[in-house]
Amino acid sequence: MTTASSFRPAKPARADRAFRAVTLVSGLTVLVVLVLIVVSTTREAMPAFREEGLGFLTSDRWAPNVDAFGALPFIYGTLTISAIALLIAVPVSIGIALFLSEVAPRWLRRPVSYAVDLLAAVPSVVFGLWGLLVLAPALTGVYGSISRATDGVPVVGTLFGPPVNGKSYFTAGIVLAMMISPIITSLVREVFDTVPRAQKEAALALGATRWEMIRQAVFPHSRAGMVGAVMLGLGRAMGETIAAALVIGSSPQITARLFGAGDAMAAVIANQFGEAGGTHRSALIGLGVVLFGVTVLVNVAAQTVVRRLSAVESGR
Amino acid sequence: MTLTTEAPAALRSTDLGARTVRRSRRVRDGIATGLIFASVLGAVVPLAFVVGYVVREGAQVIDLHFLIDAVPISSRRSGPGMGPAIVGTIVITGAAALMAIPLGILAAIYLAEYGKGKRLTPVIRFLSDVMAGVPSIVMGLFVYTIWVLRYGQTAFAGALALGALMLPIVIRSSEAMLRLVPSDLREASYALGARRSRTIITVVLPAALPGVVSGCLLAVARAAGETAPLLFTIGAARSFNTYLLQGTNTALSTQIFRNAQLPFAGPQERAWGAALTLIFLVLLLTVVARAVSARFTVR
Repeated sequence: MTTASSFRPAKPARADRAFRAVTLVSGLTVLVVLVLIVVSTTREAMPAFREEGLGFLTSDRWAPNVDAFGALPFIYGTLTISAIALLIAVPVSIGIALFLSEVAPRWLRRPVSYAVDLLAAVPSVVFGLWGLLVLAPALTGVYGSISRATDGVPVVGTLFGPPVNGKSYFTAGIVLAMMISPIITSLVREVFDTVPRAQKEAALALGATRWEMIRQAVFPHSRAGMVGAVMLGLGRAMGETIAAALVIGSSPQITARLFGAGDAMAAVIANQFGEAGGTHRSALIGLGVVLFGVTVLVNVAAQTVVRRLSAVESGR
Repeated sequence: MTLTTEAPAALRSTDLGARTVRRSRRVRDGIATGLIFASVLGAVVPLAFVVGYVVREGAQVIDLHFLIDAVPISSRRSGPGMGPAIVGTIVITGAAALMAIPLGILAAIYLAEYGKGKRLTPVIRFLSDVMAGVPSIVMGLFVYTIWVLRYGQTAFAGALALGALMLPIVIRSSEAMLRLVPSDLREASYALGARRSRTIITVVLPAALPGVVSGCLLAVARAAGETAPLLFTIGAARSFNTYLLQGTNTALSTQIFRNAQLPFAGPQERAWGAALTLIFLVLLLTVVARAVSARFTVR
């Protein structure tokens, strides 16, 4: 479909072969860079890994002044803020994607999709700045009222315990949600656009309301793609550094209180690396290795899901 | 398209109408529609807040001095400027683009033109997807471990990290564009006696150029806004430094990050100004990318 098919050009000359070799080498740089990432970061992280052993992943004590490096609070924080971000971003993204592909009148589609692209173009440090100086102070009062309203209720009362200040897991989750929703939206929308028109029209012709059509024709067709999109969003959320570093509160603890300060893997690297030396620095690089491993796993899983989906589609 | 999907809607409201569609179903449909509209508002309103706030705060700070003066020696002090950071962002991002774009396009040529049916092709494609998912802070750590530990913090180190971030984006978008070029063009070129490399360089690449350029510009735009890869690779200079390989440098994004955390009015004002400048740069690149692809997409 793409290459020369039956028309093979004449026997390649030397220049031809040289060009081909150059392109091949360029392609292989990806492999080289990935191998280098793994090797060089792991090597620098070895002192910390050796000192802490498995405790690096299971200990919840992070105290650089006494050389205690347990990464659990950061792993917990990364998972928590990513979960909050997904809980907010996934419904909103699916809503926007449905709006763009099923609901919006033509003239509105373009401006709305531009706005979503714009959201994706805003650098994460700008979200962080806004989150730190505007959103977090504004949310302190809101958190306070929610906390008072749910005081004494089991589980919920703990989750929504009183805030320290606006910087918290929840604020980080909100800012991350704003940052990952454009990606999820555009991926989900792509999937929605592949739903055969005949199926949608058939549902409508049978008397389905628009919502019933969406549930019976659009969602079943798009399930795998939606899962893939959400996982890619998760990968992005876990790797997102700067915005989280600014609004999470930088406190290495494990707490169920979502309005309390915490910390996350990428965030702690950004915040502590500048002043770190020796084992501390090595441990931060070790956090990077763990983060790399986890995000690669999530992304590969997401791509497998998406690939399977496209295989199913082309099989049809 | 709209005509056919909307015709039944019109039918529903007249013929079948309120009597046949049960009320609970209509209510549910209404709620769903309401939620869909709410989610659009949920995305647009915060965006308006962020952009509006940055523009309002930033516009108060930005003047000629802000754009060309050096960063104050004492971070607490208020007043301009961000000149070195603007220059740094341009130098670092430009150097990254100069490394990543040629490499990425060449790799894309391999994938789209030479690699068909080769066992290596899906491997490279998969690895570039993996690389696209590597968190930007990890790229910063990576460059720190292989470059900064030996050669110190320079603009070039930052460019390496940004280039590594851009590379997979350039590869995948360029490959997609090269694949769109119809094979008739290639065959016509072969029929005229051109060799493969000549065909690719003089026929295929020009045909795909608008899309390739647009994809590259988007990659540059994304890199220009990145902070995490630069934090430990370029240092924190306060004066102008246009040398790639000598001395520490600074960038708008890292200036925003550091100034935002200082509890004084002066640095925070500079952070807002830098944020507006950065958004302007990134949007400019994005808009140009869109214009390029919209203008030349005829097919």
